[in-house]
Amino acid sequence: METEAQKYVWDGAIPLQIHLHDSEVTTLPPPSPALILAPRIGYLPLLSSQLKPFFSDSLPPGADTIWFEYKGLPLKWYIPTGVLFDLLCAEPERPWNLTVHFRGYPEHILIPCDGEDSVKWSYINSLKEAAYIIHGSSKNVMNMSHPDQVELWRSVMNGKLETYNRISSKLKLGITGDEFSGKPNPSPLKDQQSVNETEATAARKASRVPVRLYLWIVDKDFDDLEEAPNFDRWDQVSYINRPVEFYTEGKYFTLLDAVKSILPEFYPGSLNTTKAESKDEPGIEPENESHPVIKLLRIQGIEPKMEIPFSWVVNNLMNPDYFLHICLYIKAPKPIGT
Amino acid sequence: MVSNNATCDGSLLSTDFQIAAKAFAEKWKKFNSDFPEWLWIDCSNRLGFAAHGVSDGYLSVQNVFFKVQSSLKEEHGECSSNDYEEPFDNATLVQSAGDDGHRYDFHIVYSFSYNVPVLYFRAHSCDGQLLNQDEIEKNLPTESAKVLTESKWTFITQQEHPYLNRPWYTLHPCGTSEWMKLLLANENSTAENRVEQYLISWFSVVGQVFGLKLPLDMVKSDG
Repeated sequence: METEAQKYVWDGAIPLQIHLHDSEVTTLPPPSPALILAPRIGYLPLLSSQLKPFFSDSLPPGADTIWFEYKGLPLKWYIPTGVLFDLLCAEPERPWNLTVHFRGYPEHILIPCDGEDSVKWSYINSLKEAAYIIHGSSKNVMNMSHPDQVELWRSVMNGKLETYNRISSKLKLGITGDEFSGKPNPSPLKDQQSVNETEATAARKASRVPVRLYLWIVDKDFDDLEEAPNFDRWDQVSYINRPVEFYTEGKYFTLLDAVKSILPEFYPGSLNTTKAESKDEPGIEPENESHPVIKLLRIQGIEPKMEIPFSWVVNNLMNPDYFLHICLYIKAPKPIGT
Repeated sequence: MVSNNATCDGSLLSTDFQIAAKAFAEKWKKFNSDFPEWLWIDCSNRLGFAAHGVSDGYLSVQNVFFKVQSSLKEEHGECSSNDYEEPFDNATLVQSAGDDGHRYDFHIVYSFSYNVPVLYFRAHSCDGQLLNQDEIEKNLPTESAKVLTESKWTFITQQEHPYLNRPWYTLHPCGTSEWMKLLLANENSTAENRVEQYLISWFSVVGQVFGLKLPLDMVKSDG
C-alpha cells in the first residue's frame, strides 16, 4: 500500500546534537551534548524521554518543561521536526545543533506543552482540520474508536508506517488518485486503493488539499544557500494555512499552480487557476524588479521541480496529519509605499 | 471557492468575510455605541509588499471591560452600561489596585480550513498581567461555563494566532458550520442578506460565552 516515497519520508530522520542551555547547567564539567536521530515526522517534545535522563543530573531543582531553541529562536513544538529543519536551515546543518531548556518556558511565544498528551492533542486536532478540509466534516476523525486513535498516534510516534496506513485508511481521507500524473494506465497494484477511494467520492468535484505553507520573504538576494540569512524571530515567517483547491478532471495541476493558488499576491496574472500555460516557464519566474522570485521550495527535505503534478506531491510527501507542509523562501522586492 | 450555496451549509466564503465583517462592525457601532468599536485590521500587506487587490485581515476590538464575577448571583443583561466601561488607560488602572475588572481583546479571524469565522481572545487583569486559562474560565458567567462543559462544539484552547504568530485563546471552530446551519435555516432572507447577517448571528452565540448578549434590534435581520 505504501509508496516508496512515503517510506523515505517515514524513515527520514535528522541527526541532532543537543546542548543543555548554560543557565541550566549546575554541574562541572558541563554535560556533553546528546546525539539523537529525530524522525522527520516527529515532534521535538517527544524526545523528552531520551533527553531527560541524559541531562537530569545537571539540572537545577524545579519542575521540568522541555523546550528547544535554535540560534536563540524558540522552536514551535507543534511543527514537525523535519519541517523546522527545512525551514530554519536553508543550508542543512548536520548534526543540527539545538539547545534544550527544561526551565523558563517562553509562554508568550509558544503554546504550552504538557508533554506527550499535548503533542497528541495537537496532532489529532490537525488531523481533524485536514478531514474537514477534505470532506467538509471532521466526523470520521471524531468518531474514530479510542483504540484506533491510540494505535494511530502510536504509529506516528514510533514511525510504524504499515500500522498507520491500516488505521488511517479507515478515515477515508484519500485525496486524489494518480490520474493527474499523466499516466494513461496507472498500475493496478499500486493504485488500487487510491482509485477506489476517488471513485467513492465522486471524482467530478474539486479536491481540497490541506496545506501549511511556511513562507520566508528575504529582501536580499543570495545565490548560495550558505549565504541565506538566518532569522531570529517568528515574525519573519508568514504562516499560511490555506487549502489548495483543484479540479480532479481536465487540467494538469502542478506544484507551481498550487503555490500560485495559495499566493495569488505573487502572481497577479493568475488569480484564477486556469492560467495560460504558454506564458510562463514553470519554476522559473522572470527576474525583474516587481516580481518576487522563488529562491527555495522544500518539502520533506527535497526540492521538487515546480512542474511535477501536485497530486503526486500530496500523496507521497504529506505528513501523517494529512497536511502537506511546504517551506518556501521568496526573494521579494521592497515593500511598496512603506 | 466552488460552493455556490454560500452560508446555506453554515459556512462563509472567504471572499464574503470582509463584507460580513463590515456589516457586523457597523451594526455593532450603531447598537452598542458605548462599547469599543470593532475595527478591520488590514493585513493584505503582510507579505511585505502591496497585494494585488486581495483582501486579507481580521476584525478586532480591544479593551472590552468586564467586571469580575464577585458572586454567583451576578446577572447578565443585554449590553448595558453596567457590564462594561470605557477602556481605561494603564495609569488609572495601576492606581486603582482594588479595581476588580478584566480587559478583553477579541479578534474575529477567518479560518480557511473550516470556512467559518473564529474568535481569538486574550484577557488582562487590571495590573496588565495576561490571564491564564483557569483564570479566564473561572471568571466566565456561570451559564457560559455550563455551555463550555456541556457542549462539544465550543471549548477554549490555546492556538497560534494566524496573523500575530503568538499563542491566543480561541473557541475551536470545528463545530461552527453545523450550528450556524441550524441558526441560518430559521431565517428566510436573501443570500446577500445572509452574508451581512452572518457574523451577527454567529456572535449572538459566541458572545454568550462571555456573557455578551446582542441587543435584539441588532440581531433582527431587517434592523
